[in-house]
Amino acid sequence: MSETVDSSSGGDVQATGDGSARVTTGEVTDAQEVARAGRRWSPQKIAFTVVIAVVVVFLVIKATDNLRQFVIVTLNGVTLASLYFVVASGFTLIFGLMRVVNMAHGSLYLLGGYLALKLQESWFKEDTGLGISLSGATDAEYGFFGWFVPLILATILIGFAGVAMQQVFLRWNQGQELRQALITIALSVIFADQMLAAFGGISKDIAAPSAWPTSVLLPGDVRFGFFRGVIVLGSALLIGVLLFLVIKRTRFGKIVRAGVDDRDMVSALGINVNLVFAGAFFIGALLAGFGGVLGGTMISLAPGQDTAFLLNSLIVVIIGGMGSLAGAAIGALALGLVDAYADVYLVIGGTDLTNYSILVTFALLVGVLAVRPLGLFGRPA
Amino acid sequence: VNPVVSRGWMSWPVLAIIVAVAALAPALTSDFFVNVILTKALWLGVGAASLIFLAAYGGMVSLAQVGLYGVAGMTYANLVLADGGSSAAWNPWLAVLAALIVATIVGLGFGWIAARSEGIYFLMITLAFSVLVFYFFSQVTQLSGFGGVNNLDLPGILGNPESDPTPRYYVTLVVAVVVFVVLRGLATRTAFGLGLQGVRDEPARMRALGFDVTRHRMLAFALAAFVAAIAGVLSVWYNRRITPGSINLGQTIDILIIAVIGGLYRLEGAWIGALAYALIDNYSREWVPDVGNVLGSARFNTIIGLVFLIIVLLSPSGLIGIWENLKDRVRGGRRRGGGTPTTAGPEGGPAPGTVN
Repeated sequence: MSETVDSSSGGDVQATGDGSARVTTGEVTDAQEVARAGRRWSPQKIAFTVVIAVVVVFLVIKATDNLRQFVIVTLNGVTLASLYFVVASGFTLIFGLMRVVNMAHGSLYLLGGYLALKLQESWFKEDTGLGISLSGATDAEYGFFGWFVPLILATILIGFAGVAMQQVFLRWNQGQELRQALITIALSVIFADQMLAAFGGISKDIAAPSAWPTSVLLPGDVRFGFFRGVIVLGSALLIGVLLFLVIKRTRFGKIVRAGVDDRDMVSALGINVNLVFAGAFFIGALLAGFGGVLGGTMISLAPGQDTAFLLNSLIVVIIGGMGSLAGAAIGALALGLVDAYADVYLVIGGTDLTNYSILVTFALLVGVLAVRPLGLFGRPA
Repeated sequence: VNPVVSRGWMSWPVLAIIVAVAALAPALTSDFFVNVILTKALWLGVGAASLIFLAAYGGMVSLAQVGLYGVAGMTYANLVLADGGSSAAWNPWLAVLAALIVATIVGLGFGWIAARSEGIYFLMITLAFSVLVFYFFSQVTQLSGFGGVNNLDLPGILGNPESDPTPRYYVTLVVAVVVFVVLRGLATRTAFGLGLQGVRDEPARMRALGFDVTRHRMLAFALAAFVAAIAGVLSVWYNRRITPGSINLGQTIDILIIAVIGGLYRLEGAWIGALAYALIDNYSREWVPDVGNVLGSARFNTIIGLVFLIIVLLSPSGLIGIWENLKDRVRGGRRRGGGTPTTAGPEGGPAPGTVN
């Protein structure tokens, strides 16, 4: 909890520092309220802390009950969080720089998955000789490149699709946030319907390379899925580090950070903001597409997954604070763990409440917003 | 997208004529048209009106309205005699009352959280709420049944809609007119409504004047939740069933599309948009040509998505905006002999729902 206190008092300094200039927006006042609340422990904050403490104690009891199960559930949560992070980091990057809420982000995710599947099926599917197989694609053997090439191609294609979307539909109405959100909603409706037409309503998987093991043995006799535990988690860590380095160390990252704080000033300094915006949209969409291929291999591709991942990205960035990479990581971790724990541990005194698990996600969202209306790492726009 | 709210006020005679024409509709058209187009447009309009009320007068574009009407619909469906759900077999009117109360309380809770954020944040948070309601009912099959809750018991006043949909049409019409008149009066003629408009335009000044801005927005949200709950009850009366699929993201977007097609800044727009939507929904299947897999009778969502896209791209204030723009042009043309509109037009001006 001490972290939250620190960051909120940091927000206070910032808010009062230029408070006179920005006092007209509602959010600054909210931020100040929150900052003040951070110092004197508002009832919301006390309640939030108590709930967190109860949840932690509950989990510790469950963990001592069956440690092996706890480790697996935790790993499930962390790998789910990795996928959420990959997708949501793209969402938060686009939002942070351009204030564009890309409601078609989930569609880009699903489209990325479907593209990779299509590429894999049409280029790498080899006849195993038997010809007839009842379960279809799952029986085919794929080499490493049969998975990796579709991954790279689909990811890049989705990046360009994102740029095209931004250039055609969003570039000329920069600053009209609501209109841009509505445009991307319209696009997501069309995307969803067209994907249903092209790929059907049946859930499909992208096949991982056949040479990869299905699971790995961890210390303590815990078996965990190789793709989930190694590839997805590893990709998320790699992307997190890469994004961090790009944002913190490169010129592009500097411009992005400056743009998040003051877009007008950046363009006044002679930087080609349009190019930077296109670049950010490319990376943002690319991450959605990449997530789609990972998700399509790890879970499945089906109509409705676009909604699911739009919702996940929304919750992650609302919890973490919009535009913050660290926020996306923390938000994804919180959401992934809550999803995983609630699916298993929501059994109280013999009554199985696991189908109410969505309420726990909701409680997480409400709890964070009650204490910090702008999310954990959020700053006033 | 959202221009400053229209000061236009549909005069009472115009309203009376429209209601009279609507009342004569069963005599003029077929049962099919009355039921599938008009009744549907009326209840969809009530749902969209709850969104437009918040957007136009409160500057809050809420996507939680479908979630809230889903809460009302599910509450009703579970309390009356039905196939699936808890089927508590209450008196339908008592169930209506309970549905309205439950949805309003849920709305008050949503409002408590969401009212503290603004603009695009508000949109995202309310969208998350709506989708969470959908997932809740998909997961909790005790409440939503395995194939939805079907064959809901209806109040006696609706008669038997399968053989004669007219009573249900009149009930829906009366409710819609009452919602329209009361909401409009509340928003433009009461201290609460004027305060809400003040909060929309100048939250900082309203705060300085001693208004509790957040509470005002929260109460407006609860009021809109009440209206959404009415739409929820009307929708289950219309469908006689409710499934989680009928309150999913698609429906959330449909209500948004209706509000945007009508124009996000006048209450009348809700029903105009709903009528346009119902007409497109029903007739597009006949006149849209089949273009491979891409377009055709099965691709209704693509068509409605394209219509929505075109409206947002060309006329952000919807059909009402197009109409008012034309009116302004004609009037301006008469008065000054030029084509210049008298106002900046619906395109001008910052959207009240946006930050920056």
